[in-house]
Amino acid sequence: MANSRFVYVTYIRTTPEKLWQALIDPEFTQRYWCETRHEVSSHKGGAWRIMAPDGRVADSGEVLEIEPHRRLVLSWRNEFMPELREEGFSRLTYELETVGESVKLTVIHEMDKPNSKLIATVSTGWPHILASLKSLLETGEPLEETTRWPKGF
Amino acid sequence: MDKVFRALADPGRRRLLDRLHADNGQTLGELCRHLKMSRQAVTKHLKLLEAANLVAVIWRGREKLHYLNPVPIVEIADRWIGKYERGRLRALADLKKQLEGETDG
Repeated sequence: MANSRFVYVTYIRTTPEKLWQALIDPEFTQRYWCETRHEVSSHKGGAWRIMAPDGRVADSGEVLEIEPHRRLVLSWRNEFMPELREEGFSRLTYELETVGESVKLTVIHEMDKPNSKLIATVSTGWPHILASLKSLLETGEPLEETTRWPKGF
Repeated sequence: MDKVFRALADPGRRRLLDRLHADNGQTLGELCRHLKMSRQAVTKHLKLLEAANLVAVIWRGREKLHYLNPVPIVEIADRWIGKYERGRLRALADLKKQLEGETDG
């Protein structure tokens, strides 16, 4: 394989506007994404970052494409694990598409190198984060396992 | 949720998911090469797996790539597994795997 890539899809009974807000609003992200606050610039070329609850920057990068309620592409580098940080920037794509009563959210996390440790590491978390996001938007409650920053991280 | 259980209730489709788990992001041709199934059978199985959202598809140029999508399985697991049981269950599953070796199930 010339690169490392995971693709995730979830269908959420919500509107593209609410889902978009859930992806970029720090008050919202901390509820389903292990207490982390996501700060995302509203324009292309701007910065974005994930803040851990202890004040460290967990991940950061640049907004590569932004089309509100439809598409967001970010460059993404881990900032707190040296062996992941040294791999440099990966690319994350969110695509939102209305399908009937739901919004189809596609998440693509990829890096242009084989066997990326960063992609392998985040792939263990993504399915839980997305299941939790769906649960929060549909029922008002996230999954218990994603409500705390993991101990020792 | 019915769709997920129906999709998983077939050894051929489980083998297909195993192939993607081993090597994610394959084309139909690549999947057929490693499975003892006709191209038509693989196409039919993939359609069902996609409808159940267990396989996600993206296009890269002219290539249609298939990815294992575990999100629906996490949703199902979370429905019946309590927050305190999770760690113990993981340990038990690891022990079983070690003692019995990997099986198709």
